[in-house]
Amino acid sequence: MSQTNLLLSSSPHVHGGDSVSRVMQTVIWALMPATAMAVMVFGWPALLVILITVASCVVTESLFVKLRRRPSTLGDRSAALTGLLLALTLPPHTPWWVCVSGGVFAILVAKQVYGGLGFNMFNPALAARVFLLISFPVQLTAWPVVNPLFGEHAYSLSDSIAIIMTGHQGGAELVDAVTAATPLGQYRTETGLGKTVQEALGGQFGFDELQAAGGLVGGSLGETSALLLLAGGLYMLRKKLITWHIPVTMLVGCLLPATFFWVYDSAHYPDPIFHLVTGGLVIGAFFMATDMVTSPVSIKGQVIFGLGCGLLTFLIRTWSGYPEGVSFAVLLMNAVVPLIDQYTRPAIYGQQSIKS
Amino acid sequence: MPKRLYVPLHQHIGQPCEPCVVVGQKVLKGEEIGRAEGFVSAPVHAPTSGTVVAIKEHTAGHPSGLTLLCVVIDPDGKDQWSPALQGIENPLSASPAAIRDKIRAAGVVGLGGATFPSFIKMSPPQGKPVGLLLINGVECEPYLTCDARLMEEHAREIVAGIEIMLYALQAKQCIIGIEDNKPGAIRTMTQAVGPFPSMRVQSLPVMYPQGGEKQLIEAVTGRQVPSGGLPIDLGIIVHNVATALAIRDAVLRGRPLISRVVTVTGKGAVKPANLECLIGTPIRDLVEYSGGMHPGVRKLVLGGPMMGVTMQDMDVPVVKGTSGVLALLQDEIADQPEQACIRCGHCVQACPIRLVPCEMAWQAKNNQMDAMADLHLFDCIECGSCAYVCPSHIPLVHYFRFAKLTIQADRRAQQRLEVDKARTKAKELRVQQEKEAKERQKEAMKAAMAAKKKAAAEAAPAAPAVTSAPAAPAVAPSIEATPPVESAAGQPPQADAAAPAAESEAEIKAARAARAARAAQAAREAKAAKQQS
Repeated sequence: MSQTNLLLSSSPHVHGGDSVSRVMQTVIWALMPATAMAVMVFGWPALLVILITVASCVVTESLFVKLRRRPSTLGDRSAALTGLLLALTLPPHTPWWVCVSGGVFAILVAKQVYGGLGFNMFNPALAARVFLLISFPVQLTAWPVVNPLFGEHAYSLSDSIAIIMTGHQGGAELVDAVTAATPLGQYRTETGLGKTVQEALGGQFGFDELQAAGGLVGGSLGETSALLLLAGGLYMLRKKLITWHIPVTMLVGCLLPATFFWVYDSAHYPDPIFHLVTGGLVIGAFFMATDMVTSPVSIKGQVIFGLGCGLLTFLIRTWSGYPEGVSFAVLLMNAVVPLIDQYTRPAIYGQQSIKS
Repeated sequence: MPKRLYVPLHQHIGQPCEPCVVVGQKVLKGEEIGRAEGFVSAPVHAPTSGTVVAIKEHTAGHPSGLTLLCVVIDPDGKDQWSPALQGIENPLSASPAAIRDKIRAAGVVGLGGATFPSFIKMSPPQGKPVGLLLINGVECEPYLTCDARLMEEHAREIVAGIEIMLYALQAKQCIIGIEDNKPGAIRTMTQAVGPFPSMRVQSLPVMYPQGGEKQLIEAVTGRQVPSGGLPIDLGIIVHNVATALAIRDAVLRGRPLISRVVTVTGKGAVKPANLECLIGTPIRDLVEYSGGMHPGVRKLVLGGPMMGVTMQDMDVPVVKGTSGVLALLQDEIADQPEQACIRCGHCVQACPIRLVPCEMAWQAKNNQMDAMADLHLFDCIECGSCAYVCPSHIPLVHYFRFAKLTIQADRRAQQRLEVDKARTKAKELRVQQEKEAKERQKEAMKAAMAAKKKAAAEAAPAAPAVTSAPAAPAVAPSIEATPPVESAAGQPPQADAAAPAAESEAEIKAARAARAARAAQAAREAKAAKQQS
């Protein structure tokens, strides 16, 4: 034998070069523009929220994996991604302990308890967000107004640390103008009082769809710029990480009924563009619903899943007690993924011709 | 010309050949050295003239490194053709059966890699006419370029082969499928089919595993072969381009399949090349001829990168189904630890059969073999696409192969169990029947005994009266009684019990004789049983 170090193995002998860490890293890159925008729009506090949440996820993951005596899984970068996604669903001034509880919940309860990456049934970031929303409704619905990083009233770094660490809102002059309703919240509250959509969103509130699409509007960190999120989504599509099916069907599932109701009664139902540029629809469609672990594996299943997410989002936004429904919609659809998977197995080659 | 050729006697799907030469025999090029056994089989021929130096087990391209019986030939360098090989001068006026016989005798098998004896695919079953002959010019796997090269250099010969095949199959149309990254092959083949209105070249987008028979049919015709069925169910027959060339040589010139084109490539090969080489050439000669290997080759693969088999040494010979030899360096090979499935669904989208590999792998890990079969495990063609795209580096195909073998082993065990059950049942029945036969015999004996007793009892009162003739009437029934005793040798207690009952001396004597006979017979039986065991 001339070669003693030849490997013997089962085919295939070559690989496409894809890896879990590359998948996760690509999603993180895709989120970067929107993340940067969030920090630009809301200032240093936003950055602190993101860092604390990501760190708590990563630390929880490494501790728990060590506890289970399993090899470290930090290399797959899924914990960091979960942290980033969770942070982007939080308000810009979320106190540190809320961030940490969210991070621990996401990794510990929503992911590791199921057996770690690949075994969780629900999107960990969204599960944690809903957990926080139910447990700490006040902190989760405090929406500070836009306060750009280098703007006139920008928070200094020390102010920012104070806001996140102590909940103290810094100088007295800031207190008055710190919070305002999100467009979705405004719409729900005001139309609930019998006003029309135009009355609710116009006038003093001064909602402008173009501005909202660009990101200059109050809300969660990742709800701001629909355009940059879309850019990230397109990047993932280009990298062939996701297919268009879930995002597009989710948008259609929400916007189609929205259009229908808007045409039917535009005084009480906002136009579809409003639905698109406000709240978490875009981040939900491109980054939450497309989470591989918790979405169906077949294309047919993904279409059903996407439509369901979109439709539920619209229903919750329009008629439920919460102004925003993306998290609930996606989680509800997560729950039926095994069922969808079972009934949407592709017709295999040669089976149809047997039946006919 | 290699110094020594190792020609395996099993280079095709089906039963292996029987060697029909002896050590020391001189053989001529093209002479039959392995005779086909059974229907699904193909003969093997001497690749060149020379001497048979051994018929022995030799390493072969088997995943477990198993050996095959090979005829080892030392070439004499004259490369002298056997004069016995005769072609059919004008095949288009010969009978299709004669053409098939030529193909069969030449040992032509599917050269795409499956190595199914070609003459069988040239004999469509009754009532299933062939509408379309599909010629597979799609390379089986990436890396391989042997078929493209063949089409560029031997387009006219291939087309001549196709003409013969169309005639023999009585088919009207032929489509030659070639992937569009082989413009040279498309050009030469289009030129070559020019004069034949029944043939055309179809350019196909590059997509692995389009070289698979069923995938090619779907790509060209848009139709699907029924699961578990054959292309002939759609009136289609698929042959590889190299097979078409081999059929031409077999029919026109009577020349058997003794060489083929092999792609030698991979980053570890110094000068990647397509080499025409004799069957039986060790890989080592092939690689050395092409310029040798770079150091640091981690894997030697026989076949393609997706479905090929790794080799443990370079003595493995080229066989009819060898399409490529790959020398792969570390950076080419998939060598990563398996991670958890993240359900990305890339495997689902990659599977040409449209299976759900991730779900099947899940079941495989939980040893749910029945569930895997329900997920159409046996439709898997092991193309490797799923494992290629898997970001978690899960060896999916490996799981599926394992599951297939496990299920097949289970089924065989089940079959054996059924056979055993049937045997046990048959044995029980036989034992029962024997028992009944014995009972009947016992009854018969008892009846005979009773009759004898009755006769003795009748004789006894007469005895005191006629003393001169006591034995005569008594002996007669006792002689009559002995045969059943002897034949019932298996039941000594009953027979013995009868002895004390005998009242006359003659009867005791008779019983003794019977006992002796029984003992002798028992001894004979014991001896026979001993010999048997």
